[in-house]
Amino acid sequence: MATYLEFIQQNEERDGVRFSWNVWPSSRLEATRMVVPLACLLTPLKERPDLPPVQYEPVLCSRPTCKAILNPLCQVDYRAKLWACNFCFQRNQFPPAYTGISEVNQPAELMPQFSTIEYVLQRGAQSPLIFLYVVDTCLEEDDLQALKESLQMSLSLLPPDALVGLITFGRMVQVHELSCEGISKSYVFRGTKDLTAKQIQDMLGLTKPAVPMQQARPGPPQEHPFVSSRFLQPVHKIDMNLTDLLGELQRDPWPVTQGKRPLRSTGVALSIAVGLLEGTFPNTGARIMLFTGGPPTQGPGMVVGDELKVPIRSWHDIEKDNARFMKKATKHYEMLANRTATNGHCIDIYACALDQTGLLEMKCCANLTGGHMVMGDSFNTSLFKQTFQRIFSKDFNGDFRMAFGATLEVKTSRELKVAGAIGPCVSLNVKGPCVSENELGVGGTNQWKICGLDPTSTLGIYFEVVNQHNAPVPQGGRGAIQFVTQYQHSSTQRRIRVTTIARNWADAQSQLRHIEAAFDQEAAAVLMARLGVFRAESEEGPDVLRWLDRQLIRLFMFHLRRSPFLQVFNNSPDESSYYRHHFARQDLTQSLIMIQPILYSYSFHGPPEPVLLDSSSILADRILLMDTFFQIVIYLGETIAQWRKAGYQDMPEYENFKHLLQAPLDDAQEILQARFPMPRYINTEHGGSQARFLLSKVNPSQTHNNLYAWGQETGAPILTDDVSLQVFMDHLKKLAVSSAC
Amino acid sequence: MNVNQSAPPVPPFGQPQPVYQGYHQSSYGGQPGSTAPTTPYGAYNGPVPGYQQTSPPDYFKIKSLGIPGWFSGSVPKVISQSFSFCPLPSGVSRAPPSSEAPPASTAQAPCGQASYGQFGQGDVQNGPSSTVQMQRFPGSQPFGSVPLAPVVSQPTVLQPYGPPPTSAQVTAQLAGMQISGAVAPALPPVGLGYGSPASLASASGSFPNPGLYGSYPQGQAPPLSQAQGHLGAQPPQRSAPPQASTFTSPASGGPRMPSMTGPFLPGQGFGGPSLSQPNHVSSPPPQALPPGTQMTGPPGPPPPMHSSQQPGYQLQQNGSFGPARGPQPNYGSPYPGAPTFGSQPGPPQPLPPKRLDPDAIPSPIQVIEDDRNNRGSEPFVTGVRGQVPPLVTTNFLVKDQGNASPRYIRCTSYNIPCTSDMAKQAQVPLAAVIKPLARLPPEEASPYVVDHGESGPLRCNRCKAYMCPFMQFIEGGRRFQCCFCSCINDVPPQYFQHLDHTGKRVDAYDRPELSLGSYEFLATVDYCKNNKFPSPPAFIFMIDVSYNAIRSGLVRLLCEELKSLLDFLPREGGTEESAIRVGFVTYNKVLHFYNVKSSLAQPQMMVVSDVADMFVPLLDGFLVNVSESRAVITSLLDQIPEMFADTRETETVFAPVIQAGMEALKAAECAGKLFLFHTSLPIAEAPGKLKNRDDRKLINTDKEKTLFQPQTGAYQTLAKECVAQGCCVDLFLFPNQYVDVATLSVVPQLTGGSVYKYACFQVENDQERFLSDLRRDVQKVVGFDAVMRVRTSTGIRAVDFFGAFYMSNTTDVELAGLDGDKTVTVEFKHDDRLNEESGALLQCALLYTSCAGQRRLRIHNLALNCCTQLADLYRNCETDTLINYMAKFAYRGVLNSPVKTVRDTLITQCAQILACYRKNCASPSSAGQLILPECMKLLPVYLNCVLKSDVLQPGAEVTTDDRAYVRQLVTSMDVAETNVFFYPRLLPLTKSPIESATEPPAVRASEERLSNGDIYLLENGLNLFLWVGASVQQGVVQSLFNVSSFSQITSGLSVLPVLDNPLSKKVRGLIDSLRAQRSRYMKLIVVKQEDKLEMLFKHFLVEDKSLSGGASYVDFLCHMHKEIRQLLS
Repeated sequence: MATYLEFIQQNEERDGVRFSWNVWPSSRLEATRMVVPLACLLTPLKERPDLPPVQYEPVLCSRPTCKAILNPLCQVDYRAKLWACNFCFQRNQFPPAYTGISEVNQPAELMPQFSTIEYVLQRGAQSPLIFLYVVDTCLEEDDLQALKESLQMSLSLLPPDALVGLITFGRMVQVHELSCEGISKSYVFRGTKDLTAKQIQDMLGLTKPAVPMQQARPGPPQEHPFVSSRFLQPVHKIDMNLTDLLGELQRDPWPVTQGKRPLRSTGVALSIAVGLLEGTFPNTGARIMLFTGGPPTQGPGMVVGDELKVPIRSWHDIEKDNARFMKKATKHYEMLANRTATNGHCIDIYACALDQTGLLEMKCCANLTGGHMVMGDSFNTSLFKQTFQRIFSKDFNGDFRMAFGATLEVKTSRELKVAGAIGPCVSLNVKGPCVSENELGVGGTNQWKICGLDPTSTLGIYFEVVNQHNAPVPQGGRGAIQFVTQYQHSSTQRRIRVTTIARNWADAQSQLRHIEAAFDQEAAAVLMARLGVFRAESEEGPDVLRWLDRQLIRLFMFHLRRSPFLQVFNNSPDESSYYRHHFARQDLTQSLIMIQPILYSYSFHGPPEPVLLDSSSILADRILLMDTFFQIVIYLGETIAQWRKAGYQDMPEYENFKHLLQAPLDDAQEILQARFPMPRYINTEHGGSQARFLLSKVNPSQTHNNLYAWGQETGAPILTDDVSLQVFMDHLKKLAVSSAC
Repeated sequence: MNVNQSAPPVPPFGQPQPVYQGYHQSSYGGQPGSTAPTTPYGAYNGPVPGYQQTSPPDYFKIKSLGIPGWFSGSVPKVISQSFSFCPLPSGVSRAPPSSEAPPASTAQAPCGQASYGQFGQGDVQNGPSSTVQMQRFPGSQPFGSVPLAPVVSQPTVLQPYGPPPTSAQVTAQLAGMQISGAVAPALPPVGLGYGSPASLASASGSFPNPGLYGSYPQGQAPPLSQAQGHLGAQPPQRSAPPQASTFTSPASGGPRMPSMTGPFLPGQGFGGPSLSQPNHVSSPPPQALPPGTQMTGPPGPPPPMHSSQQPGYQLQQNGSFGPARGPQPNYGSPYPGAPTFGSQPGPPQPLPPKRLDPDAIPSPIQVIEDDRNNRGSEPFVTGVRGQVPPLVTTNFLVKDQGNASPRYIRCTSYNIPCTSDMAKQAQVPLAAVIKPLARLPPEEASPYVVDHGESGPLRCNRCKAYMCPFMQFIEGGRRFQCCFCSCINDVPPQYFQHLDHTGKRVDAYDRPELSLGSYEFLATVDYCKNNKFPSPPAFIFMIDVSYNAIRSGLVRLLCEELKSLLDFLPREGGTEESAIRVGFVTYNKVLHFYNVKSSLAQPQMMVVSDVADMFVPLLDGFLVNVSESRAVITSLLDQIPEMFADTRETETVFAPVIQAGMEALKAAECAGKLFLFHTSLPIAEAPGKLKNRDDRKLINTDKEKTLFQPQTGAYQTLAKECVAQGCCVDLFLFPNQYVDVATLSVVPQLTGGSVYKYACFQVENDQERFLSDLRRDVQKVVGFDAVMRVRTSTGIRAVDFFGAFYMSNTTDVELAGLDGDKTVTVEFKHDDRLNEESGALLQCALLYTSCAGQRRLRIHNLALNCCTQLADLYRNCETDTLINYMAKFAYRGVLNSPVKTVRDTLITQCAQILACYRKNCASPSSAGQLILPECMKLLPVYLNCVLKSDVLQPGAEVTTDDRAYVRQLVTSMDVAETNVFFYPRLLPLTKSPIESATEPPAVRASEERLSNGDIYLLENGLNLFLWVGASVQQGVVQSLFNVSSFSQITSGLSVLPVLDNPLSKKVRGLIDSLRAQRSRYMKLIVVKQEDKLEMLFKHFLVEDKSLSGGASYVDFLCHMHKEIRQLLS
């Protein structure tokens, strides 16, 4: 086990890949019996400070249907200057540049430690990054002010040559022209009218080149900056202008009568943003950043009417098929998301409001394009401010932690086929020889587009073993998978990252122990959870749970079942969407935290220790720190709370108490610093109203039902009808046994 | 001819046309009188009685003499019947002699000479004044009311104040003209008769004059004296008439063509300015001929006419016919010729014989002059029912004593037939031209504002008429009977007042609504849209910034001007600051709105490209108070020209622009006005997109009407929405080519807006004109969101409306905006019998929002007489108003009927009107005589002007847009504007002494009146020409143009150099004053004689034959006579 653990860890660090099975069952039949599918979590752009990109282009297999990239697994004939593709076995000539190749003079891609390697492409015009702010002006004054400040601040974080644009919306949608002196100019659109991309471009005057273009043939490259210059400008040029413009932004001036929501044309605003970029910078890295403070209330994509007396849809309404705008709105945003994805742009959604903002309908915009989704209560909170700031954080090289317009291609050796992927991606619908007919997640292709990527973006990729039982893989055979990620680096370079991995085949009957030993429980849990969530998104809730129950018998499942990813009770549709969004893209560690929150206990009895996520852990003389990914909860036990109230921490003689109080705060801070999006930070105590965040997560081993049975000295009872883990396990055991029979 | 004067004695002539003769005689008498005052009077008196009988005084007879000249001329074919125009009545008297005995004519000639000489004097001295008097009242009245003669005479004087109505009629009668001498039936009516008609008219007028001459040099007094004179003289007159009649009869009888020529000549001789002199010379011969040619009778008459022209008569005649004035000096010369004519037809004939003497036919100039002199000095007091007000060309003050001022309402007739049968018979349209917000001269007070408090204005419960001076209080004041529907209403307690012994409320004179014809009520909230008091209106300036607008410099000019102009938005009362808010939009094929909120550091521009579905992108900051946002606005106006300086956009939209403005007003919940500055045909893809459909081939086809119709219905729909919002649209067009004015002007037209058109706009040339119009347009007081309703007393009702407005039902005239220049013409029809006693009442109520946002009701009341005698109708008509109505009627007609049909309809109606008069009111006379009612003697000439206007008869150089533009303009013109528009004013500049401060007397719009040694100004309210004769004195050229010779004058010059000499100052001063009189700036064009531009100028000489085929005055008159005769037979 130890070795496998190490192996797994090493693999993850080097390649950003974790497989559910690290030794593969060698036939379809066996693989099916394993229940947990052969799959992996891939973090395509995992940060590798130790991996400098090579400054040349990869060598491709010459077979048109293969085009695998030369990798350490390939057999090389140094004398003949030939290499054999390990996927299709095609023999290929090395290109002229490799003439000096020899056993002692190997190119990097042939060295085993470079199973993951990154190439920098020299060709292709490099276009600057583009940031298009789409700002809701139907906000409260202080919210708007805070948002304006955040936006102004962000200008200083952008690379100076990045292009920025500004669209504001309320009842109308305004596309601001940024290059004007003396007068601020904007194009205004009705918020109720859906416009085609063509119309939008016509109205923005972006189609003008039609005639002039032919005359000005010689200089099409110049065309681009010229056309777009009015709406998208390099930061360094219009820094001041835009700062002023943002400063002058007013709340939407149209009167909102009592009992009404402000008219908010989010759908049209997004549509215009998409259309604008589509017309000007297709297939270059661009972020559309939507800041909204409420639900879309008019036009295409409206989620709720402007009558306040009609509340925004709830899960209840949805179940009752009572959400009259939902389907239409969802369709609208899906259409936008798909267009955006086609153009290689991504959409971020920053929604800050106390009520729902329509994330449910808009989620696909972020999900399909790899954009961020941030949900908060107000733009005037550190949650938003810091999260937003973190978008522009930089890596060890001083580059933004973002990449654009990526395509991920997966190549497999013959015994494997690709069943699908789950993550912030869309299918490119490329049917290759290695595409399985069975779909898990987004399938039917071995290429996906991921328009926005960061170093933690992680996809779950599912495979199918197609090797037939009667044609066993020879002993010691290895299966190989190559992940090719082409993307636009934040430095605007085009790059290709290639990861090639190989695993041993094993006969399930003879080598079952090997296979079992190589099982990665954590990866499997997350991968299964992703499948579950993916299904939950598209199917009815109870069915998914039932499916999960049938599939898995593991500890995680208890919490997963209770998690907001599958359980919608107590969550608004928006919240569910939000949680699921993040679950589908975070790496394994974070995903695990989401599935089973971590609970640390601080006490005078020793160093902080992780404790069971159980009501029995809630003790009077402990401080608890819970990390659910979305929330950081610090919970003071009853006694501790009383002590603090009494002010012991301020007394010199109780300095240790002060330290005790401080310890979880520091730890929490550490988490807060690193995580994106910034979690909700809750500091509460026994009996505090916000203690509910903790109580709702722990295993209700003690409830009002069994309180007396358990005695009062330990733990805190949870007032719930949910079954505890104990009951759940008992039930599962029973089921397992009965079904086994 | 003059000789004829002596002839008056000839009784035979008089018989056929007693009246006529009478006049003549009297005039004759007068003439002699001039030499010997006493005699003329006597003569007058004589004729007068005769007139009364036949009621001749009402009309002018133009004896259509068989005018040889005519026949021989181009016209001959047309005029199958020859008319011998017996010049004036006097002519009649003379005629006999001449016709009878050629020798006599010769004899006359000498007399004529003498008389001419006198004329000349008369002109200078008395001419104008005397003529005026004659025509309008005194003279005429006395005549008409024979029995009353003495009385009448007084009334005439009083008339203005509202003496007995009869007097007015009488005056009218006097004005009657005769064109006698339809000598040769076969001959065209041509000119011959003209001479005579003039004489008739003049005769009536002249009577007084002669008197005046003797006793009163000038002034009104004469009328009185005249009247008296008449009385006394009547008996003798009678004797005279017979003569005249005899005279006419001969004329009619005399079929001889040749004779026709004769008459003409004489006439010409009269009118003859220096230029015309030759004609005159020739004319005399015709006279001579007429005698011969004409029926034995007719020829005779004409000559008498001439003779009549002598001293007194002639003047009068002139008055009636117009030509007199100019000619006078000339007369002297013609006369000599005349005699010769008489004696020797031969020599003179060749030249002139072909034409009817233009001087002998009714002259607008003379009529205007006469009215000015007679009625200009006394205020017009409106206390009396059915008074005919002075002409629009006369300056007069109005005292409101219970009827609305003629500035507000003018009627085609102030005496309405009691029955519809009568009305149908007369064919005289009953119409009122209403200008509810007319501007008043500073001396007249604007209507009082009455506040009836919360209960609102007091109204009749049944018909909803507003309280007015005609309401009858009964039962001690507790109730009132509605004067419109006779419903009896309770007087609300707070309004109760006791009655005095006459049944009048004691407080009648304290309350404007009980004592005045025009006043305003403050409206209550019930009268407001949505039951909310309106917000102050807004002005939105919408500027085309496409390539054409930028290149022509328009945008820069406009923006510069707006900066200062915004300080002069209309204000109400004494308020410091205008309540009107302003907004700005620029556009090409997209629209740019501007946020100019005062708190902004710089303006914000918002582009709306979604023209298919226009909306207003901002609320706050679009419409702002000028003074608050001054800095931002200035900044904006500075930047607009810069921003678009490099534009290459040539396409524009139009309907969306209006839509946007309207939506903006809707969003701001106010009424207002859009000022659109537009350059080109809107071909960009958008609602209201137009295509070029200008097709000259359609002219004179059945499809011609499509050129006047809008291309698409979209604009009507849009206009409807605008009206609902109270959004008035003023359109300034700057086209370089066809822009489809017919379609673009639909919205302005239906919303009560104005259209201005500056073809091929160049800043250097057109700046002054555009800016002047713009300033005026922006500054003028406007009423918004108005509804006008005309109520009438039982018996008639308003059935048709003309003007710039929209109607969603048959009674309410809806006007998004209404300014002081806009006029609504309303036609009435009978729906029951009217009562002579109670007359007919009109009440025009206009509900509107003032510039300050106050909701008001303006009420105008007018009482008219009713008659059972057609003669009364004809005696109280106003030709100018009639023409206003007919022009509007015709101009609307071209939308639906071929232009030719429209023209024919007009001619037919006119002929019917005149024929009805002839049949029912005129004294029996020969069919060859053209007899025109005094009040309508100008109808033919004016109608001819309408017929040959660009809309109804376009010349080759008139564009489709021009026609549509003019059509649209005329639709809301008032009477004064149509008057000068159709008959331009032609002012000689170098004839009168430089020192004289007054406007020089106008001359008739004919090339004949131009002397190549003079300079003339011509204006028609839209155009202003300075015509320079080829042989103008060098000194004059120098002092006016600062160049040394005629050849150095730049043709087409639009500005006169500012020179410090009396002539230059005077001319420039005159031009300025002319411009000040008109609602639109008239751009000056200097035209040199014989220059290319002269063609353009000649187009406005409306008495001449036009290039496009329009008939000359003379021709048309003959044609009209033919038509009438056909109707009569």
